[in-house]
Amino acid sequence: MRWLLLKDLTILRRSPLQAVLLVAYPILIALLIGFAISREPGKPRVALLDQIPPGARVAGGNGKLPAVGVDQRICREVECVDVGSRDEAATKVREGDLLAALILPADLIDRLNSLSTLNPETPEVEVLVNEENPLKAQAVDDRITALLARANLFIARQIAKEGGRYLNLVVDGGGFDVLGQSVEILGLRETASILESLRPDVPAARRPELDRVIRFATLARDNLDIASPLIDRLAQPIAVDKHSVSAPTPPLEVFAIAVAATLTLTFVTLLLVAGSLALEREENTFARLTGGLVSRPALLAEKIGLGVAVGLLVTLLMLAGVQIFVSLDWSRFGLWLAAILLGAAGFGAAGAALGAAARDVRAVSLLAFMVSLPIALLSLVPSGAVGAGLYDVIRVLTALFPFKPALEAMTSALDSAGPGIGGPLLHLALLSAAYAALARIALRRFATI
Amino acid sequence: MVKRYGEREALKGVDFSADPGELVAVIGPNGAGKTTLLSILAGTLKPDAGTVDSPNGDVGWVPQQAALYRRLTVEENLLLFARLERREDPRGAVGEMLELTGLGERRRELVARLSGGNQQRINIAIGLLAEPAVLLLDEPSVGLDPRQRARLWEFIAGLAGRGTSVVFSTHDIQEAERYGRRLLVLADGEGLFDGSAEQLREAVRGEAPAAAEGDFETAFVSYLQHRGH
Repeated sequence: MRWLLLKDLTILRRSPLQAVLLVAYPILIALLIGFAISREPGKPRVALLDQIPPGARVAGGNGKLPAVGVDQRICREVECVDVGSRDEAATKVREGDLLAALILPADLIDRLNSLSTLNPETPEVEVLVNEENPLKAQAVDDRITALLARANLFIARQIAKEGGRYLNLVVDGGGFDVLGQSVEILGLRETASILESLRPDVPAARRPELDRVIRFATLARDNLDIASPLIDRLAQPIAVDKHSVSAPTPPLEVFAIAVAATLTLTFVTLLLVAGSLALEREENTFARLTGGLVSRPALLAEKIGLGVAVGLLVTLLMLAGVQIFVSLDWSRFGLWLAAILLGAAGFGAAGAALGAAARDVRAVSLLAFMVSLPIALLSLVPSGAVGAGLYDVIRVLTALFPFKPALEAMTSALDSAGPGIGGPLLHLALLSAAYAALARIALRRFATI
Repeated sequence: MVKRYGEREALKGVDFSADPGELVAVIGPNGAGKTTLLSILAGTLKPDAGTVDSPNGDVGWVPQQAALYRRLTVEENLLLFARLERREDPRGAVGEMLELTGLGERRRELVARLSGGNQQRINIAIGLLAEPAVLLLDEPSVGLDPRQRARLWEFIAGLAGRGTSVVFSTHDIQEAERYGRRLLVLADGEGLFDGSAEQLREAVRGEAPAAAEGDFETAFVSYLQHRGH
């Protein structure tokens, strides 16, 4: 078997395009993943046209609230690009330079202030977007909606905070500036105390009326005490208390590395084994080899072994490349090996089944791509993202191909927060045995097609 | 030997033997069962009935299309199969084959760069690596020019001269007459004739004298026609 393995490696070396792809592919993937996960997520570039007059403030009672700073708040979330006019903003968005444009109209603060009057007007901001395709339209919509929701929440909290301060003045009393003059507010608490102290001096006939006033002041004080936290809660009435019912998940960058490593393993192993087996038929050597020189199971084992060896090397090369950008936990190397070896065995056996079923190298390469790419994409569909029935179908389909268990095994191997590795490894072992049996059956008609 | 593909009987009880150093040509129209017979003799196809006996079980097999790795050199191909044949001295065996094929100077060339004739010589040399008592060749001269064909037959005749039994199939009736010491005629899976070219011509002479006096191909076609093929 070693001579056949040596022969296949020599042939691989003599195919410059294949050899370059095998080396270049993991390096490219490692660089892409490395750059992507080692940098802060880029902020979307949004044009901001602020037409609010300088010094405008949201009013509170007879005074004005501190500057809300809506524009500053927004520019913390996105990269704001100043533009001079609405037309300039529209042009930049249309040409794709910017994700969207946000226009804060001159009357925004006036409209916000009108909310506390008898003639309220809804404050509006204008958003310009370029919905050149449905995917981008959805993404931009989600981003802008989230951005404005956060800005609205911030403004509501500022107003609630200021409202609470005024309520405290009414309850507890204190100083208050009106048009530059300081006004002393007595407060309900103090009012009730003064009235209580005056009660003995009031004629008995007038006391019931005084008692009604004292009761009102006391009730108002007590109830307004709880109004302040209530107003604060109105800004965000529902708080989130998140509990995960699944196993702890690894960090996003670990998952990204696991996806990249599994994709590398898939394509390298699947294509190599399928192509190498199909080549034996294309070169007419299959009949010669199996005519007494090598048994069919031994030939299958050699091809799968070739895929496992090259797949292991290329995937480790990729992980070593990623190590330049992100620190990997090398103490888990044994688990990496287990995940890669069993993953490669699964893909190798699947490749052998495809190679035995197809007629030539080109057909099998096409077949391998057509089978593996959709399955890999389906394996990344999370539960809840599609209907329950469709998800069940996806679950069955992805369970029949080694990608999903290989991805789970790789994720578990890379980080301790991942799910258990035993289940995926057992799944891969079963798939390897099943595909090897299928390949064995397909080989029976291999030489006679 | 009997071989069936579903309902169709590809070989209907064909029986023959070949002596050491004998050159046996298997001829017949398309679909006669020539390749099936040789594949069974080579062990790459199992018969539904019948057995194959050869001294020490050694049979060298040369398929119709060159079974070589085109991205390996001449030497690498020979060395790989010598090792798979478990030759004690694989490199020595390669040297012998290179000398036999006359391709020693081109040992480091990729097989893909060789002409069809030279590829066929390597193809045959690989069949000889097992030092077989019997060599099976399926249409060995297909695609070769006359000069290459002449060299190929000279090479095969040399092997037979050293005691190797050679069984070959061919569509070229003149070639079968010229190089086959014995002819095995198959038609629709049946063995119709087993003997020398002269014996076949003699058989035709009794049925169609004019055809027997023409070229061998005419005599052969007449022979088949008189037997309903």
